[in-house]
Amino acid sequence: MTWKQVFTSSIGKKIVMALTGIFLILFLIVHVGINAMVFADLNLPLWPFDSNENGAIFNKAAHYMGSTVLIRILEIGLFAGFFLHIIQGLVLEFDNRKKRGSENYAVSIGNKGSKWYSRSMGLLGTLLLIFLIIHWYHFWLPGREIMHHEALTPVTYDGIEMHNMYALMEYTFKSPLVVLIYVLACVSLAYHLLHGFQSAFRTIGVSNNKWMGLVNSIGIGYSVIVPLLFALMPIAMHFGWVSS
Amino acid sequence: MQHYTMNLTLKVWRQKNSKSKGHFESYQVKNISSEMSFLEMIDVLNEELIAEGKDPIAFDHDCREGICGMCSMYINGRPHGPWEQNTTCQLHMRAYKDGDTIVIEPWRANAFPVIKDLMVDRSAFDRIIQAGGYISVNTGNAVDANAIPIEKQKADDAFMAAACIGCGACVAACKNSSAMLFTSAKVSQLSLLPQGDPERKTRVLNMVAQMDKEGFGACTNTGACEAVCPKGISLSNIARMNAEYFSASLVAQ
Repeated sequence: MTWKQVFTSSIGKKIVMALTGIFLILFLIVHVGINAMVFADLNLPLWPFDSNENGAIFNKAAHYMGSTVLIRILEIGLFAGFFLHIIQGLVLEFDNRKKRGSENYAVSIGNKGSKWYSRSMGLLGTLLLIFLIIHWYHFWLPGREIMHHEALTPVTYDGIEMHNMYALMEYTFKSPLVVLIYVLACVSLAYHLLHGFQSAFRTIGVSNNKWMGLVNSIGIGYSVIVPLLFALMPIAMHFGWVSS
Repeated sequence: MQHYTMNLTLKVWRQKNSKSKGHFESYQVKNISSEMSFLEMIDVLNEELIAEGKDPIAFDHDCREGICGMCSMYINGRPHGPWEQNTTCQLHMRAYKDGDTIVIEPWRANAFPVIKDLMVDRSAFDRIIQAGGYISVNTGNAVDANAIPIEKQKADDAFMAAACIGCGACVAACKNSSAMLFTSAKVSQLSLLPQGDPERKTRVLNMVAQMDKEGFGACTNTGACEAVCPKGISLSNIARMNAEYFSASLVAQ
């Protein structure tokens, strides 16, 4: 059995989806963690951070991520993970749709026994892909200086010049339409994760009910908390909950 | 429950053979007893059709006891009808009331081509079994079955997987027409037991390869198969097969 046969069989394809999915889940923890630093500027009583720093903590973290060689190398792996997950996901979706044959059921089975979002991973994933392109256009391309953006000004902390990504976020989220797109994308992400998280672990072979119980609980928590934190960022920026 | 009779409208998929294009035909059935089984209700309709000189509805059935796996109708959007863990033959007309309309379709999957009307060709399942769903035993004196100690939990899990009757409801319900619940039940039933251990790796690889070759889809863990399975085969069998396949595929030459 060649490696090609392993990873092109029906289970092999699913294992690729699961492993890249888990990798992207781990990436999202890093992403949400770094970005949550914008909340350091929240205008709250008793908030332990200085809310008048104009996103200094976040900018420094973003600069660290952008300027550290090891992280830039890991980013190549991240792109590979995204690429594999997207391509394999689309291939599986179209393959699977063809298996029903020319005639479909007159009466659909609908929600009898499965959740709508578990059957809509292709649709949710496609929405996330569209969002991903918008998201790259908003932040990744300007941040990597592949595309010039007038709102991305330099800022200097302790003598080190870096991008003011915080200012770029504030600029981007002035538009209510952009905020709406980001919030809807977070809803898509939440449902995608709600099925994807536990499905990935089933696919790599977790059959033990005790462990699946744990996976399900962590999965639900993760699927709610991470997209919620992401969604709160454009909302907080738009409504001025964080200072500028 | 009190006995009652009912008049029903049936919309049944009629298809002359695997080549021809099918269509729905409506039938009125009258004075159906609530004590009848679903298949007996079809029998009544078929006798009327024969008396009228028409072609009776072809459908699969054999034991009519819920254990052979032959009956296979997709009734009002659910394989084997509305009851949980139940086969079509064990569905009774008390599930319906006077005036109901019932839509009856065959299993729909590329791998299960329609032979006629509500009958589909499920020999793809037989070929998956032939690919590895067995254990090889030397001829000679039969070995005492109790000579090998087996952990109770494993014996129970294997037995629960072995309850699969191979009816194909899992494929019919799955949006991907995947046969993973069936195949995983057959893989699990043998791999959990010491007798199945020697051929464990080749079995899972060969059965999955055959499953792919037959044109079944890939599993996306939606759980529709488990929900409609007349024998309550658990989705955890699929996870077990995934693990079996993953480890076997990494070492297979």
